[in-house]
Amino acid sequence: MKFSHVLAVAFLAVGLAACTKPKQTKPSEPPPATAATGEASTSGVGEAATAGTKPLTPQQQALAALRTRNIVYFDYNSSEIPQEYLAVVSANAAYLVKYPTARLRLEGNTDERGSREYNIGLGERRAQTVRRAMLAKGVADGQMTTVSYGEERPAVPGHDEAAYAQNRRVEFVYAQ
Amino acid sequence: MRPTTGWLGWQAARCVLFGLGLMLAGSGASQAQLRLDITEGVRDAVPIAIVPFDGQAEGGTNDIATVVAGDLRLSGRFAPLDRKDMVARPTTGSEIRFQDWRLLKSDYIVVGRVVTERGVTSVAFELFNVQTGEALLAESVPVPGQSLRAAAHRIADLVFERLTGIPGAFSTRIAYVSVEGTPPSRRYRLVVSDADGFNARNVTESSEPIMSPAWSPDGQDLAYVSFESRTSAIYVQRLATGERRRVSARAGINGAPAFSPDGRRLAITLSRDGNLDIYILDLSTQALTRVTSDEAIDTEAAWSPDGKSIYFTSDRAGNAQVYRVDLAVAKEAERVTFTNGYNARPRVSPNGDELAMVTLDRGGYRIGVMDLKSRTLRVLTDGQQDESPSFAPNGATIIFASESRGNGDLALVSSDGRYQERLRSDSGDVREPAWSPYPARR
Repeated sequence: MKFSHVLAVAFLAVGLAACTKPKQTKPSEPPPATAATGEASTSGVGEAATAGTKPLTPQQQALAALRTRNIVYFDYNSSEIPQEYLAVVSANAAYLVKYPTARLRLEGNTDERGSREYNIGLGERRAQTVRRAMLAKGVADGQMTTVSYGEERPAVPGHDEAAYAQNRRVEFVYAQ
Repeated sequence: MRPTTGWLGWQAARCVLFGLGLMLAGSGASQAQLRLDITEGVRDAVPIAIVPFDGQAEGGTNDIATVVAGDLRLSGRFAPLDRKDMVARPTTGSEIRFQDWRLLKSDYIVVGRVVTERGVTSVAFELFNVQTGEALLAESVPVPGQSLRAAAHRIADLVFERLTGIPGAFSTRIAYVSVEGTPPSRRYRLVVSDADGFNARNVTESSEPIMSPAWSPDGQDLAYVSFESRTSAIYVQRLATGERRRVSARAGINGAPAFSPDGRRLAITLSRDGNLDIYILDLSTQALTRVTSDEAIDTEAAWSPDGKSIYFTSDRAGNAQVYRVDLAVAKEAERVTFTNGYNARPRVSPNGDELAMVTLDRGGYRIGVMDLKSRTLRVLTDGQQDESPSFAPNGATIIFASESRGNGDLALVSSDGRYQERLRSDSGDVREPAWSPYPARR
């Protein structure tokens, strides 16, 4: 038990920049309660664990800085990027332009309202909107892929507007 | 009271549901089991007595009379007499004292017995009109694969048809998706059970989403969407063997599979260039034919029973509505729904006369049925998040997904909207029910 835990931390330290699952909350809302997201947050552990291990490369540092800027949230039934999230797009685009070998996966999601396959379409439309915005900022098409999960992978489990606002999103997921 | 393993447990459901839920919560079943929860009294249900069958211990899962009564009750059209109110246990027509059953206000009575002759077991049963004493049915049904439950469902089918004129759909199955747990240990399962919720078994499972199960017209295969490779792909799986084929894993979206009525083709949704359109995939040649080419979201194809047209969801007019395209003419799609601001996920009734869909009605996503001749839409349910309607093969009942108290359940509504029942999951959410076609008759 203890061993595997230590091992996990070590893995996270090494793999900090390897495959980052976004963790962030809408800035206008209270800080993310890890329990409320229903997902085990790895970011805190990973960052703490970096202390005392080999220093991060500039690219890893740049990627780590994006960890709090890797989700765009959308309004109900809309695939338009709200003004307040254009900075998220710019920051990620700048990273991809600077590191042409970096690969980004844009994951589109919706809230639970409406039919499931239609929501797959809506999530795809959101991911494509972000992709086009990134292209406009000079990111190479080959650096990005999109996937839509529709309402199938909610970030938070609730059934009210607060939960819905957290679930209507495009996540920026990096793999190297 | 005893815990049930299916939603057939209607006697149990009459007891305190909360207590039942607690009992079942500890059962730790690997599949999500479903159970019936009476949400609305059945009006005008026909009283009928199903007497325990001869040659059987009462109360087990193979108790034929319990299974028949549960099926008839689940149809919403019958009110089976409580066993404890039965004053006698006739097992053949000659043993029935009709005046007793008239006093109990039963309109009909079913008696029967399990018969084994030369090592072959069958179930004989008789149906009588209690008022007149007239014999309406006297038949013997086989016991396929030693399954007394299957024989009981067949008896329920025959009784239902004799009394309503509509073939029973109790010998069918349902497929549904169950989701348990929270990330990173969330499990998505594709489950197939008997139509009464018993015999649930996993078809496939994954830590990534599974969606959109669709039956082949012969009931042998299920098509579904799985994200197990981290992008969507469509699989067709043979239920008897578990053998499966990945039939579409193109770049972008692979979604919403629907078998053509001849079973040779699959209508699917693909997203070339990020835009969703409907295509038809020939399952033997892999040839792909494009059906729609609008810039909007076009998805959720449903075939008409004659295979000549496809109904689908599109937001080409700004919000989701149902459209129809004639495959032979291949002209512009015709808009079918106009009444509410959101109409999606159409399913055509088995006789082709009606269209079930999700409709946004007074702030809630509900199940609506449109008469395709008059184009009038009736809203059948009153939930906030009702979706994924699927017709029983006899067209009499629609199963759908419904959320209540934060949990995803399945529910039934008669296609005339007169009665509704909820099928609660013991564990996790259940969703996307798909009712199988009739089984091939032996």
